[in-house]
Amino acid sequence: MADLSIIDVSKSFSGRHVLENLSLSVSDAEFVSIVGPSGSGKSTLFHLIGGLLEPDSGDIYLDGKRVNGKRGAISYMPQSPSLLPWRTVLENVMLGGELLGEKNREEAISMMAKAGLSGYEEAYPDQLSGGMKQRAAFIRSMLSPQPLMCLDEPFSALDEFTRLDMQQWLLSMWEEHRRSILFVTHNIEEALFLSDRIIVLSSGPAQVKADFTIPFPRPRKESVVLSQDFLEWKKTIYQELRVMT
Amino acid sequence: MKRIKTGWRPVAAILLLLLVWEVAGRVAEIPSWLLPAPSQIWMEAVAGWEDYKLHLFSTIQLTLLGFLIGTSIGIAAAVCLHLLPKLRQTIYPLMILSQNIPIIVLAPLLVIWFGFGILPKLIIITLVCFFPIAVATLDGFRQTSPDLLHYLKMAGADKRQIFWKLEWPTSLPSLFSGLKISATYSVMGAVISEWLGAQQGIGVYMTLASSSFRTDRVFVAIFFIMVLCLLFFIVIITIEKRVIRWKKKGVEQHG
Ligand SMILES: Nc1ncnc2c1ncn2[C@@H]1O[C@H](COP(=O)(O)OP(=O)(O)O)[C@@H](O)[C@H]1O
Ligand SMILES: [Mg+2]
Repeated sequence: MADLSIIDVSKSFSGRHVLENLSLSVSDAEFVSIVGPSGSGKSTLFHLIGGLLEPDSGDIYLDGKRVNGKRGAISYMPQSPSLLPWRTVLENVMLGGELLGEKNREEAISMMAKAGLSGYEEAYPDQLSGGMKQRAAFIRSMLSPQPLMCLDEPFSALDEFTRLDMQQWLLSMWEEHRRSILFVTHNIEEALFLSDRIIVLSSGPAQVKADFTIPFPRPRKESVVLSQDFLEWKKTIYQELRVMT
Repeated sequence: MKRIKTGWRPVAAILLLLLVWEVAGRVAEIPSWLLPAPSQIWMEAVAGWEDYKLHLFSTIQLTLLGFLIGTSIGIAAAVCLHLLPKLRQTIYPLMILSQNIPIIVLAPLLVIWFGFGILPKLIIITLVCFFPIAVATLDGFRQTSPDLLHYLKMAGADKRQIFWKLEWPTSLPSLFSGLKISATYSVMGAVISEWLGAQQGIGVYMTLASSSFRTDRVFVAIFFIMVLCLLFFIVIITIEKRVIRWKKKGVEQHG
């Protein structure tokens, strides 16, 4: 179970309003993407949910509990894989659970196998390619016990081919292990391909500009990106983003 | 394999040096109290073993003890200063400054204050070990990657977890660089402290030898000081390689 509600949250840095009265919600086992121009405050929103920052006003509820300024309530995947170089891949993917005192070796090994990382348990992150590192980082956040996963532009540092691979892989993993995911991206196609809902943020200060429910059926096929519907959706969201600039 | 290929160069250089030294000494007929030939030094090293072995062991003991105390205090101090940033800002510049005080100047003072026992000697070695290791470890902590720190915070790590899982492992390569410097310094510190007055030790052996113009013995002492430093260095590199396994092969640090 995981549902997130963000209610009227505002945050400013030295007088500059980054978020203003922002409200949004993610229901259980839902995949929600946030798209918005860069600098619009998407990462800031994650820092608020993760408890690194406290909102100036408003509330953040996770499963009905208020988590303003409370750390460790979500599982997180940043843009850079952030694997600890001195740990083996296996020790790395167990880190999220280890921090909360719930380590599960068997589960970690089987999850690594699903990610195509078997045989790399005892390898160090240095020995992995960019895509493999991101998969390891994703598994680490899957294995973390917190029910809500927050992914902040996880694929934006990858090359185009790896990125497409990773999207499909992520989707298959998610369809098998349904978790609530809040996914930040600035790539419209990525958001359309992956999400149940897409939230478009405006910038300066960030507010919810539009909230689309994406009707493509699941399990989603790769071919969906070539369909006419997909193109229409892409246009709609592109328009939303363009009106702002 | 690469090491074997390039390793012969320094060895050849040393052999050449010894050869020139030996030949020059004989051709120019330099008296042995002025500069003994390598062969004479070697003979004295072999013949005098019984005479100096106790000196040698005593110095080894003193060095190890001083090194342990000095580096422990150094690491502990670095951890404290790291965890208390205000204290660090106050003390760090002073620490750097104090590294400029030549220990040889402090040594006679320590003898005045603490006498000729083992205490002033340990203090000298501790002082020379302390600074390199403390400064290196502190610098190591500061190399903590902001990305990793950010991830750990978002994942809910508390201060203690951040220290043990992130900052401490980050500082290890730097800490080992500090240990290598401290190791060499601690041998030097031990010998210097023995010059000031001791019953036993390579330093004592050296002083006695030079005052009786046994220059060959002085060289024997120098030889053993070098060997000690080298052995100590090798031990630390070996431990380092076991502890820091994640570094890519081929990017070994020297220094
Ligand atoms: N800790 C901070 N202190 C001051 N300003 C910040 C801080 N974090 C973010 N900002 C500012 O807030 C704005 C939004 O940043 P961010 O949330 O990173 O945007 P996004 O992730 O959407 O690209 C940026 O203009 C950034 O400069
Ligand atoms: Mg961002």
